[in-house]
Amino acid sequence: MTMSAFEKHRHVIDFTLSSLLRRKGKNFSLLAVYTFVIFLVASVMFLTHSIKEDAYMVLTDAPEITVQKLMAGRHDLIPLSYMEPIREIRGVQSVEPRLWGYYFDGTNKANYTLVVKKEMNNTPGAISVGNGVARNLLVKENGIIPFKAYDGSYLFLKIKDVFSSESELVSSDLILISEQDFRKIFAFPPDVATDLVLRVRNPRELTTIATKINQMFPDTRPILREEILRTYEAVFDWRGGLVIIILWGAALAFVILAWDRATGLSAEEKREIGILKAIGWETSDVLLMKFWEGAVISFSAFSFGLLLAYAHVYFASFILFESTIKGWSIIYPQFRLTPFVSIYQIATLFFLTVVPYTVTTIAPSWRAATIDPDMVMRA
Amino acid sequence: MIFHGPILGLLLGSLLVSFMLVYSAFYAVQILLRWDMRSGSEIQLGLERRTYLISVLITYALGFQLLSLFLFIYTADHLAPLFVGAMCAAGSLNVNPWGYPTIVLKIVNFILGAVWLVINFTDNRAWDYPLIRKKYALLLCIAPLILAETIFQTAYSAGLHPNIITSCCGTLFTADAAGVTSGIIALPPIPLAVTFYTLMGATLICGVYYRRAGKGVTLFSILSSLTFLASGVALISFIPLYFYELPTHHCPFCLLHKEYLYVGYALYLAFLGGVISGLGVGILKPFSGVESLKGVVPGIQRRLALASLVSNGISLLIVVYGVLSSNLILLD
Amino acid sequence: MIRLNEIRKVFNTGKPNEFVALQGINLTIEAHRAVALTGPSGSGKTTLLSILGCMARPTAGRILLGDREITSLPERFLTEIRRSTFGFIFQQYNLIKGISVLENVMIPAYPTGEKHASLKERATKLLNLFNVGSKADSKPEWLSGGEAQRVAIARALINNPSVIVADEPTAHLDTRLSLELMAILKDLKEEGKTLLIASHDPIVHSSEVVDRVVAMRDGQMQ
Repeated sequence: MTMSAFEKHRHVIDFTLSSLLRRKGKNFSLLAVYTFVIFLVASVMFLTHSIKEDAYMVLTDAPEITVQKLMAGRHDLIPLSYMEPIREIRGVQSVEPRLWGYYFDGTNKANYTLVVKKEMNNTPGAISVGNGVARNLLVKENGIIPFKAYDGSYLFLKIKDVFSSESELVSSDLILISEQDFRKIFAFPPDVATDLVLRVRNPRELTTIATKINQMFPDTRPILREEILRTYEAVFDWRGGLVIIILWGAALAFVILAWDRATGLSAEEKREIGILKAIGWETSDVLLMKFWEGAVISFSAFSFGLLLAYAHVYFASFILFESTIKGWSIIYPQFRLTPFVSIYQIATLFFLTVVPYTVTTIAPSWRAATIDPDMVMRA
Repeated sequence: MIFHGPILGLLLGSLLVSFMLVYSAFYAVQILLRWDMRSGSEIQLGLERRTYLISVLITYALGFQLLSLFLFIYTADHLAPLFVGAMCAAGSLNVNPWGYPTIVLKIVNFILGAVWLVINFTDNRAWDYPLIRKKYALLLCIAPLILAETIFQTAYSAGLHPNIITSCCGTLFTADAAGVTSGIIALPPIPLAVTFYTLMGATLICGVYYRRAGKGVTLFSILSSLTFLASGVALISFIPLYFYELPTHHCPFCLLHKEYLYVGYALYLAFLGGVISGLGVGILKPFSGVESLKGVVPGIQRRLALASLVSNGISLLIVVYGVLSSNLILLD
Repeated sequence: MIRLNEIRKVFNTGKPNEFVALQGINLTIEAHRAVALTGPSGSGKTTLLSILGCMARPTAGRILLGDREITSLPERFLTEIRRSTFGFIFQQYNLIKGISVLENVMIPAYPTGEKHASLKERATKLLNLFNVGSKADSKPEWLSGGEAQRVAIARALINNPSVIVADEPTAHLDTRLSLELMAILKDLKEEGKTLLIASHDPIVHSSEVVDRVVAMRDGQMQ
């Protein structure tokens, strides 16, 4: 019983494969469009997921609390005098000022993040660049990079070393610089910092400390690390979702094509199914054949689409949607993402593509399967 | 509402499944009203053909339902960081009142769908469609439940408002928000463990007895269902404790994580397999008297009982393994 | 033995183009006999053949196959009966293009789940029997008319049916090939198969193989 059911499936699959190959042209065009739709949706998903994971990786080392000063609802420079009172709050382990900003490199049309690192203060005139920056600028260790300062003069800084990090999201645009050089380039006043970062020993006290800071300095905004994570998560998911909705336009076109292909059985196919039924195939045998047909097409398209999307996102730097998803600055240096692919993404992709395709093919398959067996005699 | 790939996928899937069920229900009504086996009229021939379509629709819908159950849990899990206080799926399902009812409906619908397919399979073995009216009446009961599930799931998704940084307020927002309670009520583990093992043992013994002696169908079916209910409760009372080795973490969903070697998938599938086949055995019992099914039903019942025994055996093995290999010892 | 009782078949019931294809058919076909159905096109002989061959269900009336009433059997049972009891030979041969001759012969047995090796062996034997064994790997579109006809007969016999149903089998054959076909049918009859042939070709109904000729006109027997 079980053995013969197995043999039956084998026979039907054999026949299905040879049928698919016999109609190469028609099935190939369907496969191409199907693969393309899966490729598009998968690219967006891989991309958002990877950027998110990369950002997470960076943020896990981030300070528990960041304090920003607000001015008319905008981020402003924070006076260093705020540090002492904050340090005295119970539970605060340390407070450090941070100096950082963006530098636009007109020649290369790229935006870099300049961050002051204490270790750099001993060697003014030297910088340390991420490997992504080095790649973009085609520079190596001991190379010189000119920086255009606020007044139009140039500051020539020497590359002390090139560093890499787990995530290229960080190293692709990061330049570490000394405090002196940083203040020189931007004419940054000496008694302020970009923001303050706090280390807190007990995570349960985070909220209390944040509330106290806010009471002490009502013009500040303390931000918890968890909140940043949450916001990233939401923002990226939202963008990814939006792009997926737009892509549904494409998907819809595909569904229409699938529908058309499945409903519009050619005379030749109709005749064939009629013959099968006349010589002893039952409706459910033809349905089984149609099931395998759909499974073969879906599986092929799904695998090709996934592989192409993987290559597109992780090797070809997702040229197709770069600006849509990344977009924290439109001109952003090129970087490579760390691959993250999970069953979760694959299941989601399945629901967004294979499920609708399959549903559109059910009724037409059934219509084909219920062709009258005596049709071949009446024709 | 969160625009999120998996949520969009789930909503799309549910819409399609609902559509398939509504379509089937429409023809179910036609079949209930106009079915006449004796007639060779075109209407009758047309209806007979429709039954093939409906079988295919329900089979696919059931497959999608199973996938969507896991995807739903996984999505809830994934969304947890968006909500203050939610540590995993148990928390994010509690973000609004629709989360848990959606899960329950997904499980109930899956079981009902599978039972329908068992009846359908049996009916198709007889030459005179003896169960046609019963099975299409059952289909009419399932369709509204599927619609309810879709509505619940949509309401759940629409009611997700992540706690994110806004320009006006940073942390204060976190402090003010009540936060999501962690979700699963802690139930006394030891008495529930005893109940679970007793029922599981009784089901296995009764199943073996039925396979040997051919008697005790009804009891076996009832025991299987009770075991399933006990398993559900066990999944939120004592089973997770052993796997997580934490005496307070009651979440049944974290078992699906990689850290626990995805043991949750095997366990969930085994529990579902156990109840579906166990219920199937009992549901077919009244039909063994039907003339055209006399030779068919006992064979199907025996195979279902075997499937139920294997499923329950697997779940028992997983649970026992988890308990024995755990470093946690429960003292109540 | 097949017995038809007051068979009626209507197409497009209740529509303006309603059409009564068969009416009041009472017919008994004895086992191991050869029956020819004749009549002009549109006389209902093809419809009658499809009802006899369990391909279609009548709108009204009863059909008995042996002692079993099969009138209102669901399609899946009717197909099973059709597969095991009847072998079909069609006017257009109706071989499937693009796959090998051997596969064409094997296809009717696919749903039975027979082992591939034994099925292949039986199919090869049948092809050899009809002198087309050398064509096993060819595609049917490369065959001559006579070869295609013999492959179609091999296919009809793969499930070892007790009844052979042939619809205008000589329509595309010249006289020589038609006579060759009748010889094959004669052999089959001698093996104990029942033959049902719809044809208006005199070569068929004047053949010594045919025991009985049933003339049809306007959906009724004459």
